[in-house]
Amino acid sequence: MKNFQPIIKAKNYTTEKSIKLTEKTIETAESAKSFFTSVGDFSVFILRVIKETFSLPFEFREFLKQCYQIGNKSLPLVGITGAIMGVVLTIQSRPVLNEFGAESMLPNMVAVSLIREIGPVITALICAGKVGSGMGAELGSMKVTEQIEAMEVSASEPMKYLVVTRVMAATLMIPLLVIFADTMGMFGSWLGVNIKGDLNIALFFSHAFSSVDFIDFIPAVIKSFFFGAVIGIVGCYKGYNAGRGTESVGIAANSAVVLSSLLIIIVDLIAVQITDMMIK
Amino acid sequence: MSDKDEAVTDEKVIEVKNLSISFGEQQVLKDLSLYLQKGENLIVLGKSGSGKSVLIKCITRLLQPNGGTISVLGKNVNEATNKELGELRKKIGFLFQSGALYDSMTVKENLQFPLRRIKKGIAAKDMQEKIEETLENVGLKDALNKMPSQLSGGMRKRIALARTIIVDPAIMLYDEPTTGLDPITSNEISSLINDVQKKYKTSSIVITHDIACARLVADRAVMIRDGELYAEGKLEELEKSDDEWIRSFLK
Repeated sequence: MKNFQPIIKAKNYTTEKSIKLTEKTIETAESAKSFFTSVGDFSVFILRVIKETFSLPFEFREFLKQCYQIGNKSLPLVGITGAIMGVVLTIQSRPVLNEFGAESMLPNMVAVSLIREIGPVITALICAGKVGSGMGAELGSMKVTEQIEAMEVSASEPMKYLVVTRVMAATLMIPLLVIFADTMGMFGSWLGVNIKGDLNIALFFSHAFSSVDFIDFIPAVIKSFFFGAVIGIVGCYKGYNAGRGTESVGIAANSAVVLSSLLIIIVDLIAVQITDMMIK
Repeated sequence: MSDKDEAVTDEKVIEVKNLSISFGEQQVLKDLSLYLQKGENLIVLGKSGSGKSVLIKCITRLLQPNGGTISVLGKNVNEATNKELGELRKKIGFLFQSGALYDSMTVKENLQFPLRRIKKGIAAKDMQEKIEETLENVGLKDALNKMPSQLSGGMRKRIALARTIIVDPAIMLYDEPTTGLDPITSNEISSLINDVQKKYKTSSIVITHDIACARLVADRAVMIRDGELYAEGKLEELEKSDDEWIRSFLK
């Protein structure tokens, strides 16, 4: 049970008044302190990543390896998810459009929803799970088994070799995966349309793209770069700063997914506001 | 005088003065001073948790001490710029307790990693020759294309040692090199430490609580107790000490 009785008498040096601290206040102050420390650490980490990105030499071989790991190895998962998203979105939208007699707008609606919002966000969230947790676990276990320290003492820069390459690869690969997921989603949607109807593929795509402009496509791709950067930075930060012991590897992987998913949604919210302002 | 004694000179390659470090409220090292002479194997003995590993991590600035100075090859480690520290680290080999082999790389890639970065511009043919020669020196020429997960504990230690010596360091820091190994493999690793000292003319700090290993490799020994320097001298002298703690440790 928490002690709510004052246990420490202290002084507020700004107002010169004496204050009494309870166990609860101290606990709140401690958690606020640790929150702001984490935010500070994270900001310093981001600045270091940016600084190291623009300093030579660049670990090109490792960067390509990470592009392969993040991009190529995620293709099946992202492709299947994209196709299913397209089918589901089409089936779910049909009754609503039917009610307004606008069933012919089905390809247009699915294309806009997929390209603008659902494709980038769902792909980013899936990659946060697959890629982010992988980075957290890999770097976390390297930290626990002293491999990162071994790199440091062998006069190489682990930040450059491990972190910059992963962040760059994620930043570049996620937009490509988003485009792939969108494409698969459109094919999925065509299948969905044909479950209860008969529409040839050329007509479907001509309908779909009649409503899609570059203003739908470009902001979606731009925000995907930020989603990729978020996944890379958070995954690497959590792994790189894992504690001691094998337990911390699991914690690093888990918290990488949780934090990057949350930040993806926040970045999406900001991106939508900016796009909305630009369209007006 | 043995061959080993003849190789040792008075030049101090590492000098630690009044080193103190604490983690939170726990004081790990208190006012510790020691030195390493060129060409010698210095054994650091002490109970687990007495700060031995912390000492060598401070020497390579993997940890920042709260007080004291550390000089390596005449350079103050704590005042060195990042570039100077990088240059200094190229001359120091660090064998981690776990070996710390890079799990995602083969043995060959593990050895290429420091070689590419420290011996910049090395030709592919020279690199291959160097890797084969070093693996032969640690007796594991056949392991070239194996992954670390396919190696036994002793083999991992040997590969880790190969990865460290491949860049010809002037100073070697061994963190419990024989821990977790059977007596025969332990002896083999101890012999390797002596071979490295002779062949590569290294000066070494060996952290251990394996007395058999200490007897095989020690030119001089220091003992740390509760973060402080407790005893120093030749191992044979320490074994004859009247101090009960020292004698019980060296039994």
